[in-house]
Amino acid sequence: MFSILRSMFLVFIHLFRKKVTLQYPEEKPVLPARWRGRIILTRDPDGGERCVACYLCAAACPVDCIALQAAESADGRRYPEFFRINFSRCIFCGYCEEACPTYAIQLIPDFEMSEYDRRNLVYEKEHLLVDGEGKYKGFNFYKVAGLAITGKGKGEGENEEPPVDVKSLLP
Amino acid sequence: MTVMGLVVIAGVLAAVISCAAFLVWFERRLLAFFQERYGPNRVGPFGVFQVVADIIKLFFKEDWVPPFSDRAVFVIAPVFVVASVLMSFAVISFAPGICAADLDVGLLFFLAMSSLGVYSIVLGGWASNNKYSLLGALRGAAQMITYEVFMGISLMGVVIMADSFNLKKIVEAQEHLWFCVPQFLGFAIFFIAGVAEARRIPFDLPEAESELVAGYHSEFSSMKFGMFFLGEYLGVTLISSLIVVFFFGGWLGPAFLPPIAWFLIKTFFFIIVFILMRGSLPRPRYDQLMGYGWKVLLPLALLNLFVTGAVVLVWQN
Repeated sequence: MFSILRSMFLVFIHLFRKKVTLQYPEEKPVLPARWRGRIILTRDPDGGERCVACYLCAAACPVDCIALQAAESADGRRYPEFFRINFSRCIFCGYCEEACPTYAIQLIPDFEMSEYDRRNLVYEKEHLLVDGEGKYKGFNFYKVAGLAITGKGKGEGENEEPPVDVKSLLP
Repeated sequence: MTVMGLVVIAGVLAAVISCAAFLVWFERRLLAFFQERYGPNRVGPFGVFQVVADIIKLFFKEDWVPPFSDRAVFVIAPVFVVASVLMSFAVISFAPGICAADLDVGLLFFLAMSSLGVYSIVLGGWASNNKYSLLGALRGAAQMITYEVFMGISLMGVVIMADSFNLKKIVEAQEHLWFCVPQFLGFAIFFIAGVAEARRIPFDLPEAESELVAGYHSEFSSMKFGMFFLGEYLGVTLISSLIVVFFFGGWLGPAFLPPIAWFLIKTFFFIIVFILMRGSLPRPRYDQLMGYGWKVLLPLALLNLFVTGAVVLVWQN
């Protein structure tokens, strides 16, 4: 009997507590920086497309929502001729971002992408490609010193920057 | 039947039904507050028009009668619950002169009407031809029989002290002392029985949504479901106002507010207690409910009746 009255009293006290609800459209939630939301394609610091159309993201995608077609530019670099993500299928798992060798495809903290028409959820390359570098500043895939292969030492290839000395403590 | 009588009847009907409609919003809002949420606060100021939105939604839902059901009974069942509760409101005196039917057996009339209310549950559950509905209906019938026995007995103490079955006379007998003091046990028992009567959590076993889908009204949709819904909130209002009439001096109160205001304030207080109980108490097991009714509350109610009778006898001699 006492415990019943006590639990009723404790519940009543909650009337005066601060509400935990966020009044969403008026108050925006604070999203963590690693939130997996809308997918973007980023550019390297020089403004070129990072994506090399390797199809790894499409292969990693568990719901097959990524479609792309590789093409080659005049200077021999690969780029996607089209890049299409069907967000009505996307489950925002982030596997594409994990699979990407060039940090091109990234998930950002934005989830406000509702549409009245389902077709509008299919994003083409012009919708996905942004001007910035996204989460990985200063990374340029073509300039990272690769591996030593026959006829080329580490960091000696075209455009390559000298390799990072991982044993140095200097920045 | 005078014109004044008709006005009172219309007024009571309108007030009671709009109060029940208001409660739909109020309960959701208050429950939300108890759970540190906001509840419905979008439609109109503070969300008070949520109930209008709900009603519009209910009206546009498909009014489906299951092909395997007993059609005539299925259709009539939801009407019973609302009608029986509304009939009970006839005998309540809200203030001096505001009473639809000032019956000398008002208290018995209320007990009879609340017993009729269980027919809607049993008929609804039976006509649905669905095992969950039938289980809910069986539970409802057993619960009503159990709790109605000592609901009546717990009120007999009040009757002895007021020397009348008339609700107006009962209120007038509390001029000097509200019956909740000498009849505290009776009040506690009536309150518990009233919660069971209104089929509210923690005594909502007939509909126990975690075990029986929705119990006796599983198969009901659209406004038929709305009627059961309305009946539940009318029941809450009825039990609250009866608690006020029997134990808390009805319309009596300091003179700076009109009598009807005192009645409404007290009733509202008990409605809030009902909602608080819903927000805080778990549902008992079925055998616990039955055992508690027959083994604890019935002897207590009888004891209360005997002691009250003895004391009144000694007092008068």
